[in-house]
Amino acid sequence: MTTVLVVGARSDIARAIARSYAGSGCELILAARSPDALAGDVADLKLRYGTAARAVAFDVLDTAQHGAFLDSLGELPDTMVCVVGLMGDQTQSEHDVAAADLVMRTNYTGPALLFAEAANRMVARGFGQLVGVSSVAGERGRARNYVYGSAKAGFTAYLSGLRQRLAQAGSKVRVMTVLPGFVRTSALADMETPGLLTAEPEEVAAAIRKAEAKGRERIYVRPIWRLVMAVIRSLPEPVFKKVKL
Amino acid sequence: MRTLSGWGRFPRAECRVVAPKGEVELRSAITSASSAIARGNGRSYGDPALNRETTLLLRHADRILDFDPATGRLEAESGVMLADIIATFLPRGWFVPVTPGTKFVTLGGMIAADVHGKNHHKAGSFGDYVESLELMLADGRVVRCSAGENPELFAATIGGMGLTGVIRSAVFRLIRVESAFIRQEILRTRDLAQTMEAFEALRDRSYSAAWIDCLARGRNLGRSILFCGEHARVEELPARQRSNPLAFAKRNARRLPPGIPGFALNSWTVKAFNQVYYAANRSGVKIVDYDRFFYPLDAILEWNRLYGPRGLLQYQCVLPKRKAAAGLTMMLEAVGRAGTGSFLSVLKLLGPGRGMLSFPMEGYTLALDFPANPRTLGLLSWLDAIVAAHGGRVYLAKDARMKPEMMDGYPEFAAFRKLRRAADPSGKFSSLQSQRLQL
Repeated sequence: MTTVLVVGARSDIARAIARSYAGSGCELILAARSPDALAGDVADLKLRYGTAARAVAFDVLDTAQHGAFLDSLGELPDTMVCVVGLMGDQTQSEHDVAAADLVMRTNYTGPALLFAEAANRMVARGFGQLVGVSSVAGERGRARNYVYGSAKAGFTAYLSGLRQRLAQAGSKVRVMTVLPGFVRTSALADMETPGLLTAEPEEVAAAIRKAEAKGRERIYVRPIWRLVMAVIRSLPEPVFKKVKL
Repeated sequence: MRTLSGWGRFPRAECRVVAPKGEVELRSAITSASSAIARGNGRSYGDPALNRETTLLLRHADRILDFDPATGRLEAESGVMLADIIATFLPRGWFVPVTPGTKFVTLGGMIAADVHGKNHHKAGSFGDYVESLELMLADGRVVRCSAGENPELFAATIGGMGLTGVIRSAVFRLIRVESAFIRQEILRTRDLAQTMEAFEALRDRSYSAAWIDCLARGRNLGRSILFCGEHARVEELPARQRSNPLAFAKRNARRLPPGIPGFALNSWTVKAFNQVYYAANRSGVKIVDYDRFFYPLDAILEWNRLYGPRGLLQYQCVLPKRKAAAGLTMMLEAVGRAGTGSFLSVLKLLGPGRGMLSFPMEGYTLALDFPANPRTLGLLSWLDAIVAAHGGRVYLAKDARMKPEMMDGYPEFAAFRKLRRAADPSGKFSSLQSQRLQL
């Protein structure tokens, strides 16, 4: 039985991912700050797919406890998916140090340090998979969301480095970077986004499962984002400064 | 802010959309708003799920909470999609007791519109299978409603278009089926009288609905193809399906090409389609999968775009049986004269209804759809007059344009209003439709 740990399990993307794995017969561990809020999700997974599922308490900001958290799970999960994310309010993050710090720690320090602990344990065991849901916002800092974007950039770079290190060490542990773009989640409910660039949460899950099967390690959920971000990255700085993106 | 519309893409409105996660967020969204309405998957046609100030998007609250395999009792959050319920439980031998013509509706939407299906004449509407529901009121309180607990609020919420509160979850019963297939009988009729005779003669069939050729005139007026169905028993299936009767081949839904112009559907294309469709469906019996029988249109994702950028207007009314023949004849003649052919016209026999704002009543229901344009609006006002003159009513879940007077077709409207005022004195729950119709 494959066990999958989903961290940041209260999000719509996390729920879609959990359902996808449960649908393949995996056992699910859902982690979030308040596991009581996940009781419905646990019932849902069991009723829909007949698989085992449980909720556990986990605080991504409490980095000192990450190792102890992983050890408390009993057996180390086969796959860990980190869907933790906090967009924050850009304007607030520009003026309020505490708010910016929270965005940075939630999107970068917390997830990266969790994967550090998890990677070392998986390497010692000899196998495992780490899936980090990062963001296209980390591809180039933009005025409208650079606090969030910079933290996601850090996470993306961390995943990239970790992947290279493990590959060069000959480990079988795999690391996947997921770059979703716009996703039709509760958080984006009030935002008008271009249909072509906007994925359903289920598409994120499907893209991860497909990448897993094909051995891909860095994926855009909708392929068009690869092109969009290539263009954005390639804009010369004098031009980039002037365009509103 | 986002531009939202119903499935008909008419009207459109700039709405502030809030998608609350869980009870606490829902409560704060409701108590902090002065006006709000719940929205599921946006499949009502017109404006009942639009509120400019606060549209509460609930389709993310879609957890299945409990299921009793002994009785088929299912408890789920209101955002769960009918398609998910079927995909989860049909392989275990269960099906929904009542289904509308699309599976992309949410549980909350099915209750709020008290949807009916091809089995209404025998099985009633979806609300008849709801045992209880949890409703969040305007003041943030959550109350449990059932026939025994808050019975009046329960009755008003079924078919209440979300105006009594936000349905958080509901308990309803599934029915046992032996297979994922339907034994379909097709009967072709020559005119309206023959169509209505056929409905009566085939009353004992579990499911029945007719596609009606709304452009046929003269002696062919009302010619139809009547589709009847029964859940197929294992021994009725072809040999290769008998070993696994609940398995079904998933069809890949297709999408329409982008940018279909508004004139793609016109009286000539509809007429041509109707001729071919009528000729192609000969009387007979065959076994079809449930998807093909109940949800033929779901195979084309976003079929609503077929009507071009201006959108479509769906019109569904019911006429009491006694006056149905006369009223339907007048309506079909009016549609034929207007020449704006309805691409999909469906006629169906309904059984007795459950009152309040629930649509069904004993009689014949006719559903038509037209491109949204001034000519259609004129035609629909004329159809309203015919419906009113024959003691019928128009379905709120399809409506985008009727006048408040048409609520006279709902004899319990005053009682509903009173209950609603008691539950929500400030009238917080309201939609563009409820404002237009002064519900």
